[in-house]
Amino acid sequence: MAEEIVKFKVTIDGIPVEVAPGTTILNAARQIGGDIVPPAMCYYSKLEGTGGKCRTCLVKVSKGSEKDPRPMPKLVASCRTTVMDGMEVQNITSPDVVEARKGVVEMLLINHPLDCPVCDQAGECKLQDLGYEHGDEGTRYEFERRTFERIDIGDKIQLHMNRCILCYRCVFVANQLTNEREHGVLNRGDHSEISTFIHKALNHDFVGNVIDVCPVGALTDKTFRFKNRVWFTKPVDAHRDCPTCAGKVTLWYKGEEVLRVTGRKDEYGEVEEFICNTCRFETKSTSDWTLEEPTPVDHESVIGANHYLNFNPPAVIHEDKKLQLANEEQLARTERLK
Amino acid sequence: MGRKLLLEHINEPGIQTFDVYRQKGGYRAVEKALKSMSPDDVVEEVKKSGLRGRGGAGFPTGMKWSFLAKPEGVSRYLVCNGDESEPGTFKDRYLMTHIPHALIEGMIVSSYALGANTSYIYVRGEMMPQIRILERAIAETKAAGLLGKNILGTGYDLEIYVQPGGGAYICGEETALLESLEGKRGNPRIKPPFPAVAGLYGCPTVVNNVESIASVVPIINDGGEEYAKIGIERSTGTKLISAGGNVKNPGVYEIELGVPVEEFIYSDEYCGGIANGKRLKALVAGGSSVPILPANLICKTINGDARLMTYESLADGGFQTGTMMGSGGFIVFDEDQCIVRNTWNFTRFYHHESCGQCSPCREGTGWMEKVLHKIEHGKGSIADIDLLWDIQRKIEGNTICPLGDAAAWPVAAAIRHFRDEFEWHVLHPGESQSRNYGLAHYADPVKPVAQ
Amino acid sequence: MLSIQENQPVEFSAALLEQFGEIVARYPEGQQKSALLPILHLVQAEYGWLSTDSMDKVASYLHIQAIEVYEVATFYTMYFLKPQGKYMLEVCRTGPCCLVGAEKIMQHIENRLGVKEGEITADGLFSWRGVECMAACGYGPVLQIGPEYTFYENLTEKSVDELIDTLRDKAKQQA
Repeated sequence: MAEEIVKFKVTIDGIPVEVAPGTTILNAARQIGGDIVPPAMCYYSKLEGTGGKCRTCLVKVSKGSEKDPRPMPKLVASCRTTVMDGMEVQNITSPDVVEARKGVVEMLLINHPLDCPVCDQAGECKLQDLGYEHGDEGTRYEFERRTFERIDIGDKIQLHMNRCILCYRCVFVANQLTNEREHGVLNRGDHSEISTFIHKALNHDFVGNVIDVCPVGALTDKTFRFKNRVWFTKPVDAHRDCPTCAGKVTLWYKGEEVLRVTGRKDEYGEVEEFICNTCRFETKSTSDWTLEEPTPVDHESVIGANHYLNFNPPAVIHEDKKLQLANEEQLARTERLK
Repeated sequence: MGRKLLLEHINEPGIQTFDVYRQKGGYRAVEKALKSMSPDDVVEEVKKSGLRGRGGAGFPTGMKWSFLAKPEGVSRYLVCNGDESEPGTFKDRYLMTHIPHALIEGMIVSSYALGANTSYIYVRGEMMPQIRILERAIAETKAAGLLGKNILGTGYDLEIYVQPGGGAYICGEETALLESLEGKRGNPRIKPPFPAVAGLYGCPTVVNNVESIASVVPIINDGGEEYAKIGIERSTGTKLISAGGNVKNPGVYEIELGVPVEEFIYSDEYCGGIANGKRLKALVAGGSSVPILPANLICKTINGDARLMTYESLADGGFQTGTMMGSGGFIVFDEDQCIVRNTWNFTRFYHHESCGQCSPCREGTGWMEKVLHKIEHGKGSIADIDLLWDIQRKIEGNTICPLGDAAAWPVAAAIRHFRDEFEWHVLHPGESQSRNYGLAHYADPVKPVAQ
Repeated sequence: MLSIQENQPVEFSAALLEQFGEIVARYPEGQQKSALLPILHLVQAEYGWLSTDSMDKVASYLHIQAIEVYEVATFYTMYFLKPQGKYMLEVCRTGPCCLVGAEKIMQHIENRLGVKEGEITADGLFSWRGVECMAACGYGPVLQIGPEYTFYENLTEKSVDELIDTLRDKAKQQA
């Protein structure tokens, strides 16, 4: 007889879902989908140990569990907090959460250069999405922004530290996908930076994945540098028989030309499988690949047409004055773009 | 004179040495615990004593100990937090310098209670002289057979090592301390798991402050109930208070919890009043991160009761009109001190000490420092004061570790109680650069709040 | 203290390596990385600062990656990543010390040594900097000097002058 599978029932913004024990609140929310999914800038499900740092996924636990219904005293990082049976979570139905998240977005932006017009990541940048979807308009920061030198780490990857939000994902890539980590986080506080300390080229077979996991334009593909805006390129899924990795990629076309190769990303911007540097940097002819189909694009940034148009919160938000007020800007943007 | 449990023999010549410490009754607690008590008995005594963590959070030590996971075949660790770095606090330095064996004795008893066979004392690297003192004390104790293999023939083995930090306030946070002890950057861990389940090297670990561990000695010697007789309510026993700033007699004092704040500041037994005959303007009662209080809320609570040196009385009135015991770092401000400048100074400290892991603290502490620098130097606006209030609010409660709160609270309290001094800086940019705002109305009697 | 230039390769002495060994023995098997902070203190005491080569050698001694050493050395403020004066005067600049005159003491040191914070005097003897709270608030203003981190308390302009003179004489005698 098959053992009964234990499931925990958790309610997020009033929507119930049953998940396996050990699931985080964030992943439970992702199982529900839609606008109640907290944004995540540092968590990356394929990299063990990520999360907890950026604080964009903060949520309120209004009921701890069936057994111990006490609420949690502070907002918690949903990416690192596991669900309990009977837990009730508020994300966009909590004005505190919406407010705190606005604060986090502002913090992430005060030292960001906002150089989107010359940034290759523009259009698929998670910080753009975050700022648009969860931030306030305008800035209250009037001081000089922190700057770093732009450096090449190897001939294929460029590091624009100015844009970095210190998610640590690229450090986890080097730890978990390569046998030698040569870059890390140096210095501390707001002087922290991703660096190799002494000038070093990152050459490991899988190190190119730092580009795919980087949520912003801090680590970009030099072979694609200034070639085109991503929204003018056409993504096509393709594969090849690769001796190093699974060889399943997305080719980004402009006309007949493959401008860049990336891993295949899901709706949360995470790659399905990590790819090797040869697939990414060295195989850029259509003849290298077996084409599958145009990459289905729905939720991913501006590449997915109309992505920003629709904010579909749970009905309760439309019914409650306080919640309407908390989500004012999110509601307004739907109107604005009509 | 209050009872002294930790510093009773502090003036005894040679008390730093094993021999004198032993002559004065030292290491009785080790003998008693190891020979006549089970580890659980020791935990029980500490629970009965009501001892609360002396590092700042005030969490009951016995309860913390009882949370320690005890899986079969896995090492357990006791780590002593000697990273004392909270501005205003210097009691652990004093204890380690002058009576190091009190800590070593407490370490042995506590390690025994927790079933640890290797324990570490993590001391901030700047205290290299204290590290040497402790290493010497450990060697003496080992030579006397009270440390090492088969202590006193009881079969209990223990090694204690001293680990230096490298210069980082954040390592006073227990999980950052463990990271540092593992040879890493002092980035606080994301909890859960808590150290009691997965701490040092992934093993169950208890991290306790120097003073907490030393306090275990009198608790075992006299019994937990005896210890709990000292003090008031849930503030039991004695506490080391570091008194600094503009007092006549700065230094470390052991008080029975419950001494009136007024007595502590003004009596000759303790601080001896304000230095140079000046008047009291403000007080930070428990290290730089607790809310600062204006003169009229220090000696009496908002409802006119005498404020006492207890966890509860200092916190009376919440953050609106009260503060916290914290680490017992007592910083006294005289009438010539500028609250704006001091707030800027404290904020610079937290900015400098933020580990940089999480966004609100990494970015927010620097932002607050810049805004405060502006106001202090006569370049701020009234809107900047409101901005500052909003920034601290967005840091508080939203960070990985308590450093965010520690950075936010002093700013919030300074604006709450001294807003007109901030406004004066804004409205009198020239004058504020040449003179201080002074005592102003901060010592005027306050109206009690309606019940 | 030995003096080394940037990019100058170092070789740890037998005595130093013996101390490394004693430290590594404090931790369980496989946890030798725990020795990193204490070992970096020893290396800095030996050479006055941490050169890249010295950090690389520490990494290979502990069987860890060089970046792990750089990450740590740049996080903690006690480690110097460039040469300093023979005597580095570190003055506490945090609130409680400022209440009793630390800012004036720092100004006096700057005037007296004739160099700004972080710079080295022409004779290579002194540098100074403000550091955050040293947990000695009752004895302020205070300063410390590595590598033994000797403490000087209740500083006055006069006592600072005397200290600087004493150190200068001491250096002369050693030369």
